[in-house]
Amino acid sequence: MTLPIFSASDDPGPDFAALLRDRGAAPALDTSVSGHNALTITHGTTCVAVRYADGVVMAGDRRATSGNLIAHRSIEKVFEADRHSAVAIAGAAGPAVEMVRLFQLQLEHYEKVEGAPLSLEGKANQLSQMLRSNLPAAMSGLAVVPIFAGFDLARTHGRLFEYDITGGRYEESDYAATGSGSLHAETVIKVGFRRDLSESDAISLVSEALFQAADADSATGGADTLRGIYPIVATINADGFSRVSDDVVGPVFTAIADRFSDNHGEVDA
Amino acid sequence: MSMPFYVAPEQMMKDRADYARKGIARGRSLVAMTYADGIFICAENPSQSLHKVSEIYDHIAFAGVGKYNEFDQLRIAGVRHADLKGFTYSREDVEARSLANSYAQMLGQTFTHEMKPLEVEILVAEISENPGEEQMFHILYDGTVMDEKRFVVLGGDSESIAALVADGYSEGMSAREALELCRSALAGEERELADTDLEVAMLDRTIGRRNFRRVPDGELATL
Repeated sequence: MTLPIFSASDDPGPDFAALLRDRGAAPALDTSVSGHNALTITHGTTCVAVRYADGVVMAGDRRATSGNLIAHRSIEKVFEADRHSAVAIAGAAGPAVEMVRLFQLQLEHYEKVEGAPLSLEGKANQLSQMLRSNLPAAMSGLAVVPIFAGFDLARTHGRLFEYDITGGRYEESDYAATGSGSLHAETVIKVGFRRDLSESDAISLVSEALFQAADADSATGGADTLRGIYPIVATINADGFSRVSDDVVGPVFTAIADRFSDNHGEVDA
Repeated sequence: MSMPFYVAPEQMMKDRADYARKGIARGRSLVAMTYADGIFICAENPSQSLHKVSEIYDHIAFAGVGKYNEFDQLRIAGVRHADLKGFTYSREDVEARSLANSYAQMLGQTFTHEMKPLEVEILVAEISENPGEEQMFHILYDGTVMDEKRFVVLGGDSESIAALVADGYSEGMSAREALELCRSALAGEERELADTDLEVAMLDRTIGRRNFRRVPDGELATL
């Protein structure tokens, strides 16, 4: 690998995607593939994000499906994008994970080349552009629909963004959900949401949302107590991204399940 | 047809080396040394925004002295090289030795083939998870690479500064001790350097994935 030195006129600047294209290393999206059954491709399912007093809580289940099969039980759909932001993905797992990898690198590359990180708005727009360039693939069945959330250091509060497959970017003030179970998850959040939730209340709320989504949507996984696999929950606040440990998430799900079975179990005659 | 004057290759190389050395000697120096948590880098640099020390990758830092625009171009090329390599292969495949070789190749090529050599001296430093495995590659304007141990001084008056560092250096110093040693060595015997005259950064193996940490002037007192 030679040292990538450019003349001043064709320097790609801090744009990693442009550098990849220049080096011929950009991931090729073959959109000529058609007629395949999009359902047989591995899909990731439900992710949610909620704003709370200090920032944003983000959560995602661990299941990936191929059609009606469970393809993976412990994939991760919530990622640290950089120190103060996170991205959660639903949709075709392959392109989604690749997009996250490129997005993380794009943010880090910009920060290193420029010597300062992008603004939160700038990061949200970057993701939008990446989705826009994925549109042909999305139209042939490889759609990726992320949520982006972060702590805006300039405005000192959490912000969250929803997207569509065309790269449309929609800022939400309170909560966002994506994926096959998003309808159920979002309803739970809508009912339980209050302004300035505490961190533990926000963690309970997103857990409840995923629990209910898993209960109603076969493609969403709940807490897998047999294997000890729990949904990923992360907080993003002024101190940065941090994943909430399973030691905290596990008991939250157990409590939700206990309460649920007390009220919804079969009644003895 | 005009005939170009004959210049002996020895003379040509000597002229270029003198030219590069003069350019580098005009700038201020930089010291890097291993310390308890990794590699400590300290430069004499009154500017808060035009950095001499920067992050390349998870465990790799870059430092340059001499002409700012020239070493900054090399820094950016290094970031690109590392990010491309990490994206194509994996993060653990990015290493300082290969980057240092690429720099050396590029500097050597420029020194012999271009009109003007680059007036820079650079350092590529890398830490690993284990103390004692730090690597510091010191690369000169003509592409000479030196694999340095314990400490290295870049810039004009490097010999006298290196003598001062050698007197005070010991293995496993704290960040505070490393800072004071760098400060007194860079200042020499007749000057004093304040926090605002220094640029300090380190590769610290105790912090997360990205080990590069810059310490702003205002936080030097708390080190």
